[in-house]
Amino acid sequence: MKLHYQVDGDNFLVAGEASASLKRTLKQLGIDSSIIRKISISMYEAEMNMVIHAYGGVIDVEISTDKVHILLKDKGPGIPDIDLAMKEGYSTASHEIRELGFGAGMGLPNMKRYSDHLNIYSEVGVGTTVEIIVFLM
Amino acid sequence: MTVKELLEIVPIKLAAGKDGLNNEIEGGHVGDLLSFVMAHAKEKNVWVTIQGHINSVAVASLLGLSAIILTENVTPDDEMLRKADEESIPVLCTALNSFDMVCKLSSICSIMEE
Repeated sequence: MKLHYQVDGDNFLVAGEASASLKRTLKQLGIDSSIIRKISISMYEAEMNMVIHAYGGVIDVEISTDKVHILLKDKGPGIPDIDLAMKEGYSTASHEIRELGFGAGMGLPNMKRYSDHLNIYSEVGVGTTVEIIVFLM
Repeated sequence: MTVKELLEIVPIKLAAGKDGLNNEIEGGHVGDLLSFVMAHAKEKNVWVTIQGHINSVAVASLLGLSAIILTENVTPDDEMLRKADEESIPVLCTALNSFDMVCKLSSICSIMEE
């Protein structure tokens, strides 16, 4: 099963909708709730990063019998130093964003912790692609 | 216990999400940093926070939390209320700060255990 989502940048009113929609689909498919939790957390963090940092983007999800594969692509500013960005507590979010409770520097660490595979490809000035895989068994 | 039962015991007001009043509460989480809540709150937890905006509802809904308790007289914005009704996530408001709210919840838990 393939799903496609468009994510708006800087629109906090609809931020997280793609993750919520995927969660509903996974529930309907009868997938175990602990696995849905892993997918929801890692995808929500990635989706919010797109909204906060990258003017939105597109998300493609492929659900197969053994895994959920999520590909998030944006044309944002890119990540200059991915190792640094992976560090807990490191964030480039603005003060306004932090007041909403984002920008704790936990997004990428959460994605790593709750997915089975996480790959980040980023080029400064071009954009970032995040690949998340969660196995279903 | 359910959210409805909680409403009858502690000084909180229901602001939205009444369709979720029968949600069961099993434990809780306190926090204002959404990524920490995402990582640590568990399904059926009640969440005590000062984040009165729509993104809190998204987090609660994704995690399957039973209710959001907004402390310190935080007023939820209209988008939050609308989303909470849509997602059936009860939003409860109190003048207490988060510490005092948790103390109340804790005393209820010990009463229920006896």
